[in-house]
Amino acid sequence: MSNDNVVEIEDLSFSYSSGRQVLSKINLRIPRGQVVGIMGQSGCGKTTLLRMIGGALKPSQGDVRVFGRSLRDMGQEQIYALRRRMSMLFQFGALFTDMSSFDNVAFQMREHTRLEEPMIRDLALMKLHAVGLRGAAHLMPSELSGGMARRVALARAIALDPELMMYDEPFAGLDPISLSVIGQLIRKLNDALGATSIIVTHDIQESLKIVDYIYFVADGRVIAEGSAEEVKASLEPYVHQFVWGEADGPVPFHYPAADYVADLLRGTRA
Amino acid sequence: MTQPTSFAFLRALGARTINAVWRLGFATRFLLATVRHTPAAFRRLPLTMREIYFAGVLSLTIILVSGLFVGMVLGLQGYDTLARFGSSEALGVLVALSLVRELGPVVAALLFASRAGSAITAEIGLMKATEQLDAMEMMAVDPVARVIAPRFWGGVISMPLLGALFTATGILGGYVVGVVMIGVDVGQFWSQMQAAVDFREDVMNGMIKSFVFGIAVTWIAVFEGYEAPPTAEGVSGATTRTVVTSALVILALDFVMTAFMFHGVR
Repeated sequence: MSNDNVVEIEDLSFSYSSGRQVLSKINLRIPRGQVVGIMGQSGCGKTTLLRMIGGALKPSQGDVRVFGRSLRDMGQEQIYALRRRMSMLFQFGALFTDMSSFDNVAFQMREHTRLEEPMIRDLALMKLHAVGLRGAAHLMPSELSGGMARRVALARAIALDPELMMYDEPFAGLDPISLSVIGQLIRKLNDALGATSIIVTHDIQESLKIVDYIYFVADGRVIAEGSAEEVKASLEPYVHQFVWGEADGPVPFHYPAADYVADLLRGTRA
Repeated sequence: MTQPTSFAFLRALGARTINAVWRLGFATRFLLATVRHTPAAFRRLPLTMREIYFAGVLSLTIILVSGLFVGMVLGLQGYDTLARFGSSEALGVLVALSLVRELGPVVAALLFASRAGSAITAEIGLMKATEQLDAMEMMAVDPVARVIAPRFWGGVISMPLLGALFTATGILGGYVVGVVMIGVDVGQFWSQMQAAVDFREDVMNGMIKSFVFGIAVTWIAVFEGYEAPPTAEGVSGATTRTVVTSALVILALDFVMTAFMFHGVR
């Protein structure tokens, strides 16, 4: 059973060197072939979690296993070898600004394979075609709209047919059409490539349409999990506030501050 | 209660010192990592060539124009002084030695730091701020090998060539003012220069200076870019630090190297 999990995280805790604890005792499993959402407020530790799966950060406690191998004692070479089997879409695409869309997509092929240039050309154009941007192959990142840049980044992420795809806020700052296009692409590409996907996001409505399973993270802990239907029906106060977008609830509207009246009166006295 | 000001000052001073030592150590490890990736930079020769183009070829205008003017000013000032002692025909020697030993390497390096060093820092800093370096790392491509090493070697290779070109145009400037405009004897100008400028003592030492400045400036530039906080303010601060630190390091290194190189050989 555990062999079917691409990612397994056990009792994972992480604190920065400043002592600030970001994640505490996280447990989660990402089964092969599924699209799994990790949701929560901005700053709750979602991106940190993704970086730990990619081996960019080491756990303070607990373990992360990817493709059945523990990342804890891996050296740089082994982590790089593992990363060739996975891919990540960054929040704003992170396209290389000194290269055209085509060269961005061809980048990993040129770095990691010994394919001939005509073959790389065909493959890169196929990847761009899959996201609908073959015609934009020659454009530089500065000439692309936000949604197009995200799609080129997606084409770049699938360049070497990764087994594990990670998406860091793939819907941030997109118009409704681009949002829906990216959402559908994530699902379709996952199924077509036989990959496994992890989406870290706070865009609940769009992600509920495409994910198989959801983990809710708040204050560095998993507070709820389940399918899209289970999450929608959840009575857990935090999940309820999050899913229905209520302004006040367990997550308060006001940032902690001194007493309002006392604060205002202090100004008049001075 | 607040602490006495002197304690706060001491504490701030201590913190700054520790921070400076820590950064120096980190920068040294970073330089070693960059040098370790030298084969990667030359395996990707087109990348290093591209950096030579950006750091070297695109700096040519400022280097050549400045060299010409510095040489012309040397011609004017040098003639004025030498004429008082009746030895204006030694103008060629004065112009050439000033440029070859000092002004060529130093002024070219200062210009290089403000033109190319700042550009390198800003580019790497922005790549970091827009997560391009993180993305590269996640693609199992080491940014130090792919981004830093080619830029480092591009700068190190360009600097001595720019220094030499600065010196050459400077001498040309001195010739134009001294010989063409003022009328110093052309034969004296060149023959005295040829006799007085030693290839090993002067030209080679000047080239060594340029090479060392190239390493220093490019090292500072790539390190500041790589270490820049990923914000607009962070990148602008790093760019400023590149220019300021480079200038101070160039002048300090110049003094040390001059003390070792020209200890009364003549």
